[in-house]
Amino acid sequence: MIDALLSAATPFNLMLALIGVVLGTVIGALPGLSATMAVAVLVPFTFTMDPASGLIALGAVHTGAIYGGAYASILVNTPGTPAAIATALDGFPMARRGDGDLAVTISCFASAFGGVVGALALLILAPPLATIALKFGPVEYFWLAIFGLSLIAVLSKGATLKGLIGGFVGLGLSTIGSAVVGGDVRYTFDNPVMLGGIHIIPALIGLYCVPVLLNMVATKDPHIERATEGKGARIFEALGLMWRSKFNLIRSSIVGTVVGILPAAGGAVAGLVAYSEARRTSKHQDQFGKGAVDGVIASESANSATVGGGFVPTLVLGIPGTPPDAIILGALMVQGIRVGPQLFVEQASTVYTFIFGLLFATLLMIPVGLLIGRTAFRTISSIPKAALAPAVGVLIMIGSFAVEQNSTHVVMMVVLGAFAWVALRYGFEASPIVLGLILGPIAEQGFVQGYLIGNAAGNIWAEFFARPISIAIIVFTVLTLLWPIWSERKSRRLKGMMTHE
Amino acid sequence: MKITRRTFGIRAMSLGVATAALSTPSILRAVGYPTRAVNYIIPFNPGGESDVTARFQQPFFERITGKSVVIQSKPGAGGATAWAQLNGFEPDGHTIMNTIVPHTVLQPAMKDVGYQTSDINNVFFFHYTPDAIVVKADSPYQSLQDLIDDATANPGRVTFGGSGTNTANHLATEIFADMTGARATYIPFKGSAPAMTAVLGGQIAAAMSYTTQGVKAGDQVRTLAVATAERVAALPDTPTFTELGFDHIGGAYRGVAVPAGTPQDIQQNLSDILLQINAEPEFQAQMTAAGYEVIDIPLGDVPAFIEERKAAYAPAIERLKSA
Repeated sequence: MIDALLSAATPFNLMLALIGVVLGTVIGALPGLSATMAVAVLVPFTFTMDPASGLIALGAVHTGAIYGGAYASILVNTPGTPAAIATALDGFPMARRGDGDLAVTISCFASAFGGVVGALALLILAPPLATIALKFGPVEYFWLAIFGLSLIAVLSKGATLKGLIGGFVGLGLSTIGSAVVGGDVRYTFDNPVMLGGIHIIPALIGLYCVPVLLNMVATKDPHIERATEGKGARIFEALGLMWRSKFNLIRSSIVGTVVGILPAAGGAVAGLVAYSEARRTSKHQDQFGKGAVDGVIASESANSATVGGGFVPTLVLGIPGTPPDAIILGALMVQGIRVGPQLFVEQASTVYTFIFGLLFATLLMIPVGLLIGRTAFRTISSIPKAALAPAVGVLIMIGSFAVEQNSTHVVMMVVLGAFAWVALRYGFEASPIVLGLILGPIAEQGFVQGYLIGNAAGNIWAEFFARPISIAIIVFTVLTLLWPIWSERKSRRLKGMMTHE
Repeated sequence: MKITRRTFGIRAMSLGVATAALSTPSILRAVGYPTRAVNYIIPFNPGGESDVTARFQQPFFERITGKSVVIQSKPGAGGATAWAQLNGFEPDGHTIMNTIVPHTVLQPAMKDVGYQTSDINNVFFFHYTPDAIVVKADSPYQSLQDLIDDATANPGRVTFGGSGTNTANHLATEIFADMTGARATYIPFKGSAPAMTAVLGGQIAAAMSYTTQGVKAGDQVRTLAVATAERVAALPDTPTFTELGFDHIGGAYRGVAVPAGTPQDIQQNLSDILLQINAEPEFQAQMTAAGYEVIDIPLGDVPAFIEERKAAYAPAIERLKSA
């Protein structure tokens, strides 16, 4: 533990954390460029680092981007990232009455507090969860992957069918190449480059970044509005207001951590849940939506807490906790790190170095947020789209190429990106496709290995359905699948009652 | 704009490190080759045996030639992705690739993987990672005979985990069955490490793995037999197959290959450099401590070695094909 703390505190790692937070904050502040995209664009640049340093850099970018989203929310009422949607509800009214700087300062402190709570939860909760490491055999991984896939139903609420289709597309893409189990060569069209299958990093960059980029070019509006002017940082005023809202702050951070731990729900959900809780329990409910400080505190502390929380399932189960985690998961795979319960046994020093690094990054967010915050926002809002879009375009090209110095990966990225753009226009989101792509091979290998083992033992059914952990995962899967149906029925019944009255 | 510049900063930094390494003064220099940094492609993920042994070679290569070695990982399809691309690289000796026998014999024999065994232009084989059968420390199998007895009495009941399909572990399981008459079910995993995890978790009875894995797992496991001529220094209590009455020495033979068309004198130079690395006592000590067996198969001996290995694998390959 002490070793990990020290290696996280090396000048190089601290510098990475600082650079990561700065970059993340800047990218997150740009509307349209989400935390997911920030991480996706920067991921290939971490491959030259050792795994712990690379993870610290990515974690810092993620943290910074989630916080950076607050600027645009508060100052121009356009959430920089989806995670900051709830921040705009009260942040923008605050800015309009001339308290924009106060709102920015408060969101900086609230984000840092939430981030620390999330990171501490990761430090404390992940290891006990990982102690069941060795109990996870092929069958458990198979069910875990199925559980992850069932989250598509929750993720794509309202468009379940489209979500499922996307998931199947992802599963289909994951079968390309030579199978680990069995060695069969599938859908390579006799191109040796395809033998290795769809590489996860170019795929993620393509699926997440290209549609954003194309939309940026395809729409006419300037991507950002000019900010309103304010009166300075107002640090002590902000701290005083935070102290008065300490319960809200703690509750929202816990909400954010829990939502982060739940796979597939990210900062946007956390911010909204914490916001509605803050409003429900507030004595001044009428102030919400009109510039309530508590609304900004709730949203910002909760969305930042998802960063640490989201790493729990990502590292312990290999299931991405929030969308940016899906990309970090891909990066870990490329680094040759097997994510899953055994990670805390096999790579303990890497994991703890990373967790402490994430804590440092979160703390660095306070000076970064306060010092460069508004300046950065003002600078980037003056960059015309005509310069920004090509710059990002070049960056993702280089990024895809850099993974393995392979030009085919750039083609892969562009093709999948174009596909994702078209798909998005018809309401197909990228996330279910990504889940299918990541979880497909895990499900396939787990199933075939489990089948072979069960067959050798003479009882395939018992192998798949009679192991305690498997049963628990199956139960969770069924509950997850039934949840949207149940909640829809409940809301319909409520509606029915209302129309009767 | 800011974004671009800062990101490139990270990149430029790592380039800077590489440039610093490039300017290391040479101690010994092979004539005419290499003239610049050598790109050493590993067709597997970092952390595996191929990567580890290449990193053992790296500092010696750099000291001997005065040029830096850039280790680059191109994993995919059990190595086939990289091997299928080997002959597309510049044939000047500055792109070299790690290869494995039996993988490069077995894969093209079983499936169309985009290359033939003869397409791989091996220059030198520098070690083999010996086959080893590993069980969990609390396994009922105290000796290899216990395992053979159980597997013979219950054909197919005993599970052997190993790294992937059509690999050294897969072939060794077949050879083991031929040799002992004990038939186990082979379960392919994505690499030798996950197979060992499954042994530790009790999901499979044994791993048809490598000596290195037995060394790495320490007291948590028992290595029942190793496929070497003499006992392995790092596993002094484990008998060899030969001691137990079975004629089996071998494992994953790792070599270095160059793209077709690389000039003969460069191939010879490379072979000489690798031979010189193998002779370094410090290199040998690192390899032996981890469980690897250093061997010298220089350029001139490669064709005969490949033919010998092909013949040794032929019966098992025939059986795998008909299965």
